[in-house]
Amino acid sequence: MEFTYHITGIDGLFILAMSLLLGFEVIKNVPAVLHTPLMSGANAISGIILFGGLIQLMRTPPDHYWVLLFSSIAVLLGAINIAGGFFVTHRMLSMFQVNKKKDVKK
Amino acid sequence: MEFLYLIATIGLVLGLKYMGDPAKAVLGNLVAAISVALALIGVAVNSYGPETGVLNIVLVIAVLTAAIIIGRLMAMRVPMTGMPQLVSLLNGFGGLAAVVISLLEGIAHPIGDDMRTAGGLLILSAVFGGVAFTGSLVAHSKLEGKKLPRARLRHKIAARLVLATMVVLFVAYLVWPSALMPFGTLLVVMAVLSLVYGALFTLPIGGADMPVLLCFLVALHGVVAILAGLFFQDPVMLIGGVLVGAIGSLLTVAMSKAMNRTLRSVLAGVIKRDNSAGGREQDIRPISAAETASLLAFSRQVAIIPGYGMAVSQAQGVCQEMQVMLERMGATVHYIIHPVAGRMPGHMNVLLAEANVDYDQILAMEDVNDVMDRYDAVLVIGANDVVNPAAETDASSSIFGMPIIRAYAAKQVIVLKRGMATGYSGEMNLLFDRANCRLLFGDARSSLRAIIDELKRI
Repeated sequence: MEFTYHITGIDGLFILAMSLLLGFEVIKNVPAVLHTPLMSGANAISGIILFGGLIQLMRTPPDHYWVLLFSSIAVLLGAINIAGGFFVTHRMLSMFQVNKKKDVKK
Repeated sequence: MEFLYLIATIGLVLGLKYMGDPAKAVLGNLVAAISVALALIGVAVNSYGPETGVLNIVLVIAVLTAAIIIGRLMAMRVPMTGMPQLVSLLNGFGGLAAVVISLLEGIAHPIGDDMRTAGGLLILSAVFGGVAFTGSLVAHSKLEGKKLPRARLRHKIAARLVLATMVVLFVAYLVWPSALMPFGTLLVVMAVLSLVYGALFTLPIGGADMPVLLCFLVALHGVVAILAGLFFQDPVMLIGGVLVGAIGSLLTVAMSKAMNRTLRSVLAGVIKRDNSAGGREQDIRPISAAETASLLAFSRQVAIIPGYGMAVSQAQGVCQEMQVMLERMGATVHYIIHPVAGRMPGHMNVLLAEANVDYDQILAMEDVNDVMDRYDAVLVIGANDVVNPAAETDASSSIFGMPIIRAYAAKQVIVLKRGMATGYSGEMNLLFDRANCRLLFGDARSSLRAIIDELKRI
């Protein structure tokens, strides 16, 4: 199965413009309670920069040791960014959740 | 695979939308995480080509597994007070990843002079990534309270020079590619300059402005993801980057507003100093823990205004204990939170949640400011500037115009304070002069402990 989804320059700009509008709309009215989790969640998502490194890591012939080494480092760093971010966001949000369950019991 | 990508993109947007809703936030985080994982699988499968060997696949799996383990450890170990440090550190990792990826791409696959758009994108993502990396590291050290070289004028001048050099080199590349140096060399030079710039530009930014800086760095990282998304023609990266950029910049603006600073003055490292009331003796009325306890015991409506000082002395838990006691005695207790309480947006809410404070007892400044007079007693714990009436009354004060919690409007205010030091702004707190304000000196944690002991006796 051939992957055909490639975006050209103007497509990119379309996506950029639309998602900018969408992005501001989606998170416009977030209550202050959720600012920290939202920020650490966003920080986690920004780690998707590692996709670039992943492409490099997959496409480098196995005898190009240096490229392999550096792209592994890049993927590692990006993936720590993602994993750490989501885990810590989950930890924070679960704390809010516990408090709410307690309310129900009262 | 296209569908995997489509699902991932929709998932990201939905996940973030849910994360803005307290009831669905956990689900939202999960959805976002799964979406990223799906997209990751999609990218990995798609980039499988004829050159891919077993080694590549083993490496990918090993590195990802290691990252998940390390990430999880970091996330589980960090105390809630250390949240801003963790976020800045992770942000720095992502920035470094961007630099390495851009350099590899530019060096391993030389970009011809006819592909200036691609080359420009690559340079920009390396530069923004570099600034995000060293900037985040400096922010991290500042948040940790490490001693850094004092920012001087020459740092600012050096920062401007580095920035100007980068702009000139970039424009030169767009106009006459390869005139000065080959693309690979240019990329390395730009990356190095950006690393230097990131450190120089964050150095003069004051500790109190860290919430703004942190949001700004996250937004910057979002921009990196957008650039990389355009370069690699990857829609998930592009949309993810836009969402992150949007969140980062919205929070940056919100934070600057709540601190009464312009983003420009924060980033320029301007620390407002001027003291209209400087040196004047204040009329302070101290109070003992025993008096505080009896006052609280006879209050029906109590409000607690926590600041970062409370977190520093780890007093959240004790504070919650006292709150439960007061409630048992028949009082209603609220927590009122200023938007910039803590070291990152919403930080205080997380700290209180960790101490098991109920979600609906926490009120935002805007919701209560007009009805502050209904509180019989207000306890200010480790907060200073955010309750300083000078922001409303003294036009010559550096914090004039900053939104504050109108603690002074309550019937009685008790400020728990370590000493007579001023807050971050360096402004004298006019609240202490008010007739309804008294000060309880000492470490927040031990003071609260003493109040609890006294309450037990009543």
